[in-house]
Amino acid sequence: MAKQKTVLFACGTGVATSTAVNATVTEAMKARGLIFNALQCKATEVASMADGVDLIVSTTPISASVTVPVIKGLAFLTGIGKDKALDDIEAELRK
Amino acid sequence: MAQALIDHIDPEAILLGVNVDSSEAVIRQLAARLEALGYVKPSYADAVVNREQTMPTGLPLGLAENVAVPHTDPIHVKKAGVGLAVLSKPVDFANMEEPDEAVSVGIVFLLAINDKDKQIEMLQEIMSTIQSPEALASLKKAASVEDVRAVLS
Repeated sequence: MAKQKTVLFACGTGVATSTAVNATVTEAMKARGLIFNALQCKATEVASMADGVDLIVSTTPISASVTVPVIKGLAFLTGIGKDKALDDIEAELRK
Repeated sequence: MAQALIDHIDPEAILLGVNVDSSEAVIRQLAARLEALGYVKPSYADAVVNREQTMPTGLPLGLAENVAVPHTDPIHVKKAGVGLAVLSKPVDFANMEEPDEAVSVGIVFLLAINDKDKQIEMLQEIMSTIQSPEALASLKKAASVEDVRAVLS
């Protein structure tokens, strides 16, 4: 079994939208048989938190200097493109 | 039994037919109400307005009138709550994901969050409301707090 991956959820304050996105993604991935370590942070903390993280899901723009794969999290707030975003996250977690 | 969103919204923090010309004006009206009701500190309004300039909260839903969820750091919050404003005409917020883009907003949920682990349910209720075009259309038509209660129960 592969090592459990770590997903960093980021938003402006690190408390509101990233919490909602984290909860939604965690539930949806569990339904797909995937569990992961979840971290949350403010957008301004992403660069310092990205070490050791496998994937970032962010509702705000992320600095281009971050090399970890980033998936846009806005879909989980608006509902638009949510299934596609979940598929993208699943693909990263299964890598 | 899950709580409904209406259980997290103080009826006194529901403003209908709000007629303003800017996102800042609606944030300040709602923030003043949350402050008067004891949810947030006097520093909250400025903090939300400032944060909106760098980290905006407009959510593009593909509708003529979309939703914004302004909020700020927990240090400005005394107790968790939500303020709701339904605008008589939309105002522009910047797009959360693309801050250079404007989003026309007709409904504002002003969030007072102080403990994310305890407010997950409230946030999820808000997100499911935002993702329901029917609920948003009904909120736009609400003429009274009772109408809002009917939508969010």
